Amino acid sequence: MTTIAAEAQKSGGIGKDLIVYVCLLALAGLQFVIAYQNIDVSQMFVRMLAVACVEAGLAELFFMHLWSEKRVFLWFVIIFTVSVLLGMQYGWTDSFRMVNGAPFSK
Amino acid sequence: MSQADLTMEGHSTGLTIGPVFSIPTKKLAMWLFIIADTMTFAACLVAYGFVRNGTPAWPRPFHSITNVALMTFILLTSSLTMLLGLRSARAGDKAGAFRWTMITAAAGILFALLHVREWLGLINEGMTLFKNPWGTGLFGASFFSITGLHLTHVTGGVIALIVVGVRYKGGRYNADDIEILGLYWHFVDLVWMFVVPLVYLLNLTH
Repeated sequence: MTTIAAEAQKSGGIGKDLIVYVCLLALAGLQFVIAYQNIDVSQMFVRMLAVACVEAGLAELFFMHLWSEKRVFLWFVIIFTVSVLLGMQYGWTDSFRMVNGAPFSK
Repeated sequence: MSQADLTMEGHSTGLTIGPVFSIPTKKLAMWLFIIADTMTFAACLVAYGFVRNGTPAWPRPFHSITNVALMTFILLTSSLTMLLGLRSARAGDKAGAFRWTMITAAAGILFALLHVREWLGLINEGMTLFKNPWGTGLFGASFFSITGLHLTHVTGGVIALIVVGVRYKGGRYNADDIEILGLYWHFVDLVWMFVVPLVYLLNLTH
């Protein structure tokens, strides 16, 4: 068996891709369902973001074949990306202050 | 040649190991680009979140989800056709790989056309970069910036799909190049999964 054929066999058949595709469609549909729920915008935001993160994880692991890469690379991508993304959240207090005024001002 | 032979010839073991993370250099370069581009999109979406959160009467101009649902379906399906193209390329089926790559490009073009149609509809309703009939002008600026950046990526991806597909058919590129392009295309799809809820669905009129 050639290396390419072995790699293709290792990554699973077309069935796995189809299952992931259907899951992604279902999760995208779930986001649309959440959009029509009668809930607060902040709750809606959290739910939609959670679904989007699951979708992104599935796409990265199986469509982009990150799951088949070396574990050290998988962890490099996850840790590096998540740490920078978390670092970007430092300014949210300013955003809330624009609406509610300075916290602890009294 | 064994490691002992290399050492005997005076090479240090550090020079004889393979590429970083044991993946091809071109693929690693694409992954690093994707990580960097993730930061770009994340910065745009976080900035949009700051502004939306800090603006009390944020406009909610979208009445229907039909167009955005159709665009999402097309982009997700194009990721599947990209995978089929890669699978064909790995199996040595050049005609199949070329066909699936061109189908993916066609889906990208359809997505872009739907996107432009939606933009034109909003522009006809009076929305520009700096003003709109519904409230703060920041809405138009953030909407066109984020969706425009994504549309630019889709357009670039379509051009790359056509170029790589044709060159693969001509024998100048191989299955690895299809795989690397596939990484980019899936990334474009992945970004859309965040753009849809944050930019469209949270701004639906109920």
